[in-house]
Amino acid sequence: MLTAIALLPLAGFLLNGLFATRLFPNPRGTRFVTLVGCGLPILAFLLTLDAFAELRAGGYVPLSETLYTWISIGGAPFAIEFWFDRLTAVMVLIVTGVGSLIHVYSVGYMKGDESYARYFAYLNLFLFFMLLLVLGRSLLVLFVGWEGVGLASYLLIGFWFADPEKAAAGKKAFIVNRIGDAGFLLGMFVLYTALGTLDMDRINAAFMASPGPAISATLVGILLFIGATGKSAQIPLYVWLPDAMAGPTPVSALIHAATMVTAGVYMVARMSGIYVHAEGASQLVAWVGVLTAFFAATIAIAQNDIKKVLAYSTVSQLGFMFLAAGVGAYGVAVFHLYTHAFFKACLFLGAGSVIHAMSGEQDIRKMGALAKRIPVTFWTFAIATAAIAGLPPLAGFFSKDEILWYAYASERGGSFWLVAIAALTALMTAFYMFRLLWLTFLGESRLDAHAAAHVHESPFSMTGVLVALAILSAIGGFLSIPHVLEPMLPLPGILASRSGAHLPIVVLSVALGLAGLLGAWWMFGGKAERAKAFGEKVAGVRRVLEGKYFVDELYDLVIGRPLLWISENVFLKIGDRALIDGTLNGLAALAQRTAAAMGRLQTGHLHFYALLALAGLLGALAWGWRHV
Amino acid sequence: MDKTHALLYLALALFALGLCGVIIRRNLLVMLMSMELMLNGVNLSLVAFADRMGSAEGAVLVFLIFVVAAAEIAIAIPIVLLLAKSRRTLDADAFADLRG
Repeated sequence: MLTAIALLPLAGFLLNGLFATRLFPNPRGTRFVTLVGCGLPILAFLLTLDAFAELRAGGYVPLSETLYTWISIGGAPFAIEFWFDRLTAVMVLIVTGVGSLIHVYSVGYMKGDESYARYFAYLNLFLFFMLLLVLGRSLLVLFVGWEGVGLASYLLIGFWFADPEKAAAGKKAFIVNRIGDAGFLLGMFVLYTALGTLDMDRINAAFMASPGPAISATLVGILLFIGATGKSAQIPLYVWLPDAMAGPTPVSALIHAATMVTAGVYMVARMSGIYVHAEGASQLVAWVGVLTAFFAATIAIAQNDIKKVLAYSTVSQLGFMFLAAGVGAYGVAVFHLYTHAFFKACLFLGAGSVIHAMSGEQDIRKMGALAKRIPVTFWTFAIATAAIAGLPPLAGFFSKDEILWYAYASERGGSFWLVAIAALTALMTAFYMFRLLWLTFLGESRLDAHAAAHVHESPFSMTGVLVALAILSAIGGFLSIPHVLEPMLPLPGILASRSGAHLPIVVLSVALGLAGLLGAWWMFGGKAERAKAFGEKVAGVRRVLEGKYFVDELYDLVIGRPLLWISENVFLKIGDRALIDGTLNGLAALAQRTAAAMGRLQTGHLHFYALLALAGLLGALAWGWRHV
Repeated sequence: MDKTHALLYLALALFALGLCGVIIRRNLLVMLMSMELMLNGVNLSLVAFADRMGSAEGAVLVFLIFVVAAAEIAIAIPIVLLLAKSRRTLDADAFADLRG
């Protein structure tokens, strides 16, 4: 059954990728693509529900299924083995559930695109690799999925590859991820050398046993985390995610918000056995997480592209998840991953619906007062916005509140500074999200006449999905994921001196959400004059934020250009042209010159040849005289 | 100096004479004749050795060489004739077209 869950989307990829429009001419081909592309993920979701029921019936004993043994080295088998426990169940349910919804949404969004079949083939391919990633028992299977989702992400970001900018965004995502993967691979090598296995439950057990393995948990933890910073867009490798918005919007919702980018969080939670024993690595995770959350939030405040705001918001929320994982609350990290999947998918799909209504416009400065024109999109977007801002009783409130609580009071590294930065970030999150809501849907209309005439609500296949996700964003928080996962991922202890602070933290997080709401209303309500005046007052700051702290330019200057210079001057001029071409041309020239010199002996005069023969004869005789 | 030695010296002299002829003379026909001289020098040495060993094998080999030499000269003479016909000369230096 687990095998079937993973392989169904692969079948969809093969059917849509190889046959679809070749077997059936349109419009039957389109119907076939829709049926296969959406049907198989939904089937996978139903099978997952079945598997979950089986898991529960079996008292949460992990299910496992071996597909086949890949290779066997020195008696140690590398098996393609699927593993289904509580954590996997949560992840697979999110991936197939939210994934199916987004597939259905895509039917409306991508309608009429000339590469409709290719789109669904890629989307199914992504789902297959993502399931491989979360279902694999061995780190090796996880890594195959990890690389596979990277590939699918690359293909989908550059889906409209005829536009060079979009193709470049795809390449950027792929290359930045390679840097992280190098660290991840090193971590795997170190683990395999020390433990002789890559099965994640065995690795955790080995680190939990006493005495633990003769290897630094911190080293492994940091190496694996480097991989996570690439895949989950954390400092310093977050730069690819905002550019990844070049892909179709449902792709941003599925890959770059709900599922793939959370793979790093999943991996840290899955390898919690290592991180529990790696205090240094955990602190690094927490601090990288909270700083990423903070910086991305400051950038999001000043962005004007609706998808860019959401992209930086995603980076920021991923930072929250790593903060939770860094202070030992792995269950809470997965909880936020789970609620974030709902409201961020809803936000992205809502943004897609807005873009759809605006005939492709993404700049929020040219929107405003859309609420009455596209009411379903507005209400679902508003609910998701309130959820991400952390207003009770919506989903984001529960998870964010727990993150703040553990960031403050966890025995494993909770600290005042962590919670202070996180709280400030939560305030900014609420502010920029409500700013987005106001500028897009409320206030006064800034549409040009042409766009205004075309505004229309999206078809039911899109709004229905929005409503479903909005409902999940509203009530999803009542299912306490940390509690479900606790037998597997125990929550950290609470510092005795801070145990009374839970209520103030709850009040604080609600107050922050409301403050963000009021602040955005005050600034951007009406004609947004206060925002304009304030923006002019701090023009310098605004320019830095709009320029995203010029990190891309910095990377280009520090890494990109030196690499280009080295490629040009060392590898091309010295290596390729001088060394390789030079050797080849030199050998050819040598042969040519030798031939010219030897050619002069061929005079064509018979007597000269005879003389040479005589000389040879005499030489042979002389040699014979001496040696015989 | 016994008979074999004397014959070998004679063979050497014939060979050297022939070689000198090939190198020094420019007339193609004379060069061919000089080559025959060298060939016969070698034949003489073969016969001398066969006599010394008391076996007929060397002498038989000489007959084989005669046959080959006859065939060779039967090809060489027409070639020389053709060359002479085309250039109206038998000077070997006139035929240096294959200069490198």
